[in-house]
Amino acid sequence: MSIFTRGFRGRGSAERDPRLPPGQYDAGTRWPVLTAEVTPRLDTATWTFKVEGLVDQPTTWTWDEIHALPPSAYAGDIHCVTTWSRLGVTFGGVSVDTLLAVARPAATASHVMAFSHTGYTTNLPLADVTGGKAWVVWEADGGTLATDHGGPARLLVPHLYFWKSAKWVAGLRLMDHDEPGFWEVNGYHDRGDPWLEQRYQGD
Amino acid sequence: MVSVTAETPTAKTFRLDLGRPSGHRAGQHFIVRLTAPDGYTASRSYSVASAPDGSSEIELTVERLEDGEVSGFLHDEVVAGDQLEVRGPIGGWFVWDGETPALLVGGGSGVVPLMAMLRLARSSGRSDLVRLVVSVRTPAELYYADELPGPEAEVVYTRSAPPGASRPAGRLSGVDVAPAIRPGATTYVCGSAAFAGAASDLLVGLGVPPTAIRVERFGPTG
Repeated sequence: MSIFTRGFRGRGSAERDPRLPPGQYDAGTRWPVLTAEVTPRLDTATWTFKVEGLVDQPTTWTWDEIHALPPSAYAGDIHCVTTWSRLGVTFGGVSVDTLLAVARPAATASHVMAFSHTGYTTNLPLADVTGGKAWVVWEADGGTLATDHGGPARLLVPHLYFWKSAKWVAGLRLMDHDEPGFWEVNGYHDRGDPWLEQRYQGD
Repeated sequence: MVSVTAETPTAKTFRLDLGRPSGHRAGQHFIVRLTAPDGYTASRSYSVASAPDGSSEIELTVERLEDGEVSGFLHDEVVAGDQLEVRGPIGGWFVWDGETPALLVGGGSGVVPLMAMLRLARSSGRSDLVRLVVSVRTPAELYYADELPGPEAEVVYTRSAPPGASRPAGRLSGVDVAPAIRPGATTYVCGSAAFAGAASDLLVGLGVPPTAIRVERFGPTG
């Protein structure tokens, strides 16, 4: 269905920022909090991150161990399926490539399930978390990543809608098939490319 | 658009006829998409306030946000008879199907999806399954004032209470919520990020398992 809405002209559409995917708006400096679960209080003294499943070397990092890996940063934009985007944000942590280089995915691995300390899950093609496209981050906008935003550490996959960037991330499980995670079971798209507006199953 | 009615000075309820059975479950939302003549679009999600009843009509209650591109348009421009593009129902997590015990805790406009649940319980004769606690600042800001409070629904005022109220105005506390807690109930918390965080902490502090709490935070999504 493509109808014009009577009386709606939009605002500033002539000056629309080319960094905004279709249907998104610039949230400016506000960073909305959208979470389906109770915000957990995780202790970095016992925090771990695992890479498991179809890998040659299943690996668990402690907070100190993951910080000892080569750091990597992202500067760019993030896009939430609820239509807000934040432009020009920065994150710091470690590249998922660095973690997978240690764990060595099996040749049959095609997808990953990211899982959180809360039980939250989200599925991604392996190709969407490799090649400099994904991070585990503990810094945002130059400071410590706040608990509400997934601290102490979250996954960051900024080229996909932000529910793929699992808060309070606990690890990645490599799989030889795709299977839906938390929001994907509940009607959201398996890939979630904001430039293709892959918001819901069927898009 | 079937009708537009004022709920509070800043909230309106929009009754829409979808032209097909709504098929929604209590707690789900619909997307409203506005399209300008130049093709520019703006979309926002709004929770359904009406209970599933097999009909083609749904009610969306929309708070007018300051500087809200979509909520402002809906409030200022839309009248009965208008055509709107909507999509849904959406969401399979923050839903209640009316068959299991549920504790509903809402702050301000966060009462909307919980109202669909309460209305479902009442219309199906299963009010015994549900307890609702709503936190609002003042009586004027209470949505659905014809239906709240009720035997299974408590209203807590945080800034000013109505004349004669037994509870003085004050923020939601354990005393307000504890009587509504029952073992085995699924808990649904909805409101601003700040409210949802505070209410969740309160519930966990009262012994509700975090895994039994489903949260929907209303962001400043315009």
